[in-house]
Amino acid sequence: MSRVLISASPHLLGPATTRRIMLDVILALTPACVASVVIFGPLSAAVIALSVIAAVGAEYLTRRLLKRDNTIGDLSAVVTGLLLAMNLPANVHALWMGPLGSVIAIVVVKQLFGGIGMNFANPAIAGRIVLTLSFTAYMSQWPVPLAWLGNAGADAATFATPLAKGAVQPDLLSLLLGVRGGCLGETCAVALLAGGIYLMIRRVITPLIPAVYIGTTVLLTWAFGDDPLRQLLSGGLLLGALFMATDYTTSPSTNRGRVIFALGCGLFTAVIRHFGSLPEGVSFSILLMNIATPMIDRYIIRKPFGTRRKGAAK
Amino acid sequence: MRPQPITKILTPVKRGHGGQHVPHRKGTADSPSRTFLPERVTIPLSMHIGAPCAPLVAKGDRVLVGQVIADVDHPMAAPIHASVSGTVADIVDRALPGGRVVKAVVIDSDGEMTPCPVEKPVVTDVESFIAAVRASGLVGLGGAGFPASVKLRPSDKVIDTLVINAAECEPYITADYRECLESADSIMEGVYTLAHWLDLPSVVLCVEDNKPEAIRVLAEIAAADDRIGDRVKLMKLPSSYPQGAEKMLVYSATGRAVPPGGLPADVGCIVMNVTSVSFLGKYFNTGMPLVSKRVTVAGSAVAEPSNVICPVGTAFEDLVAFCGGTRAEARKWIAGGPMMGTAIHDLTAPVMKATNALLGFAEEDAVLPDSSACIRCGRCVTTCPMNLMPLMVEQALAARDDDRLEQLSVMSCMECGCCSFGCPAKRPLVQSMRLAKQIVRGRKK
Repeated sequence: MSRVLISASPHLLGPATTRRIMLDVILALTPACVASVVIFGPLSAAVIALSVIAAVGAEYLTRRLLKRDNTIGDLSAVVTGLLLAMNLPANVHALWMGPLGSVIAIVVVKQLFGGIGMNFANPAIAGRIVLTLSFTAYMSQWPVPLAWLGNAGADAATFATPLAKGAVQPDLLSLLLGVRGGCLGETCAVALLAGGIYLMIRRVITPLIPAVYIGTTVLLTWAFGDDPLRQLLSGGLLLGALFMATDYTTSPSTNRGRVIFALGCGLFTAVIRHFGSLPEGVSFSILLMNIATPMIDRYIIRKPFGTRRKGAAK
Repeated sequence: MRPQPITKILTPVKRGHGGQHVPHRKGTADSPSRTFLPERVTIPLSMHIGAPCAPLVAKGDRVLVGQVIADVDHPMAAPIHASVSGTVADIVDRALPGGRVVKAVVIDSDGEMTPCPVEKPVVTDVESFIAAVRASGLVGLGGAGFPASVKLRPSDKVIDTLVINAAECEPYITADYRECLESADSIMEGVYTLAHWLDLPSVVLCVEDNKPEAIRVLAEIAAADDRIGDRVKLMKLPSSYPQGAEKMLVYSATGRAVPPGGLPADVGCIVMNVTSVSFLGKYFNTGMPLVSKRVTVAGSAVAEPSNVICPVGTAFEDLVAFCGGTRAEARKWIAGGPMMGTAIHDLTAPVMKATNALLGFAEEDAVLPDSSACIRCGRCVTTCPMNLMPLMVEQALAARDDDRLEQLSVMSCMECGCCSFGCPAKRPLVQSMRLAKQIVRGRKK
C-alpha cells in the first residue's frame, strides 16, 4: 500500500509558529519582569508567578470543560498572565487580584469567545479593567520603589504614580530606570524599550503601532500643555504601546488600519490623561480601539497590485 | 577565448511588495545535465492551455523524432511531436497530475533516436515567424504551458519590451540555471530572433542574484554579440520569492504594474521563460521542434539528484530510476516546485513540455504540521505580493459572504503560496483562496 501523501501547494512552509511568537513575547517581557523584582522586591515575582499559573490553569481547565483540544502549548496563556501581572501594583492584594484577573481574562474574554485569535479585546487589558473597576482602592496602592530593601517604612503602600495630580515628580533618570510608583511592569522604560526592540528585530511586531501611538500621545499632551517626556515615561504608555496595542488579534491586520488604530489609542490616552478623572488612560484607550478593530478591518481593504489610482495619468 | 567586456548589469526599476525568503535548496546547480533515453514514452495530446490536439498517427505507425503526431485547427493550441523514434504502441486515455484525463500517444523507442528530416524554418515576415513558432510546438516552459505563438502574435497592443524570465525563484529547481550555463549562445540566438522579427526595442534578461555564474556567462555572451547591441540588458534581481511571477517580474524590469486581470501585453511587455527563448534559438537554427526537456529531479528522497534532459513523455518513474532511485521512502512526489507544484500519486505520469522539476520528499519534508487557530497576525496580508488579504478571505468563506469575497478581489490571487508559507498557525490559506476563486468564478456565470 502506497503511503504517498497528496496535498495542495505550497509543499514547503516557513519556520514561523504561534508558539515561537509567544515565546518571543515572553523573552521580550523578561527584562521588565527582572526590573520589577529589583524595583519592587520578591512580591513582584510572586504576583507574576501566580498570575501566569492561574492563566495557564484556567486555559487548560476551560478547554477541557468545553471539550476542545489543549492549547496551553502555544504559550499564549503565559503571555496573558505575564501582561496582566505587569499591569498590577506590587502590593499584597495583587497576590489574589492577579490570579483572579487572569481567570477573568482567559475564561471570559478569551475562551468564551472561542480561544486564541477570537477574543474581542486584549484579555490582559480587559482583566486589568475589571480589577480596576472592582477593587479601585487596592489597584491604586503603589508601593514605594526600592522600599523592600529596607530604606523606607515596612508599610509604604501609598505612593502615588507620577501621573496623579499633585504627585511628587521623580527625576528623569529615575523615570528611565523605573524607580517610581506604578504598576510593577510599566515603570522601567529601559527594560520595556529593550523588549520592544527585540520584538522588532525578531519581526514579531513592526514599529508602526508603537510609533504612531506614542507619537500621537506625546504630541497631543504637549499641545494640552503637559510635559510630553514625562507623559511618555510615566504611567503605562510604553508597556501599552509596545506590548498591548500590538496584540495581533485585537489590532487591525492592514498597515492603514493599524495607523487608524494607533491614532485612536493615542488620542484617547491623551484625552483621558488630561481631561479625565483618572490619572491613566492607556488600558481604556486600547480597549476602546480593540472594539473598533473589526470595524476598521471591515472597511480598510487593500486594492490588488496594479490597480490604477483614480485620476492617474496612465 | 579573448576577454569580453562585461555588459552593464542593471538593478530593478522597482521593488515589488511582500514575498518570502524561501530556502533555495538548489543542490543540483553545479552538476552538468545528464541525458536519458527511456524505452517508452507517453505523450499527452494536451500539454498547453487551450484546445487539445487530435492524433495524426495510429497504432503500429513508425515515427521519427520531431515528426508531428498530433495537431488541431484551433488558434489556442500547439502541435505535438514524437520525442523518440520507434513504433506507436497505443493511443490511450491518460490521467495527468491534477486529475485531467487526456488522450496520449504511447511510443516504443527503437533506441536509435532517428531524427525526422526537418528543415530550418524560412522566415520572411512576422506572419511566417509566428507560423514557425507555432510549428515548433513551443508552449510556455516556465510551467504555465501557454502556446508561444499566441503570446507572440501581434495585436493592437504596442509591445516594446521582452522580459526574459531566468529568475527561477522556486526552491530546488535549477533547470533554467543549467540552461543559462549550458546553452547561453542559444539564449542569445533566441533573443536576437525574437527582437528582430517582433521589432522589440528593449530586451531585459532577469536573473536572481543567487545565480552569479549565470549572470557572468550571460553578460559575456551579450557583450560579444554585436547584432543585438545595447538593446539587451541584463538585470540582477534580489532573490525573493515570487520574483519570477510574471507581474512581479514586469514590475521589477520596467516599473510597470500589470492591472488586475490583465496581461503583461497591457503594459507593453511580453514575458518569456529563458528556456523557451533558448529553445527558439536552437529551433530557428535547426528546425527541430520541442521534443525534449530538462527536468530537475531532486528532493530528500532522491538518491542522486540532478538535472536530466529527457524526451517529452518520459515516465516520472523512469526518471527516478535514472537518478539512482530513492534513498529513503518517498512520502510525497511533486511535479514542479515546492511552492506551486502539484503533488502526484502516480509516478507513471509523463514529463510534459512545461514540466521543469520532479521532487521526491522523504518523511521529514513531506509531512506538514497541523494547522491551528488564526491569530490574526496579518503576516499573510503583508506578505501577499498582490496586496490581498487571505485572513479576511478565510473569514468571509467561513461566513459564505460571497459579496465580501468579490470585494476582497480574490480573482487577483496567483496562488504563489507566500501566505501559507509565512503563516505561523500553518493555515491552508492558498486553498481558501482557491475555493474563494471558484465561488466568485461561479457567480460570474
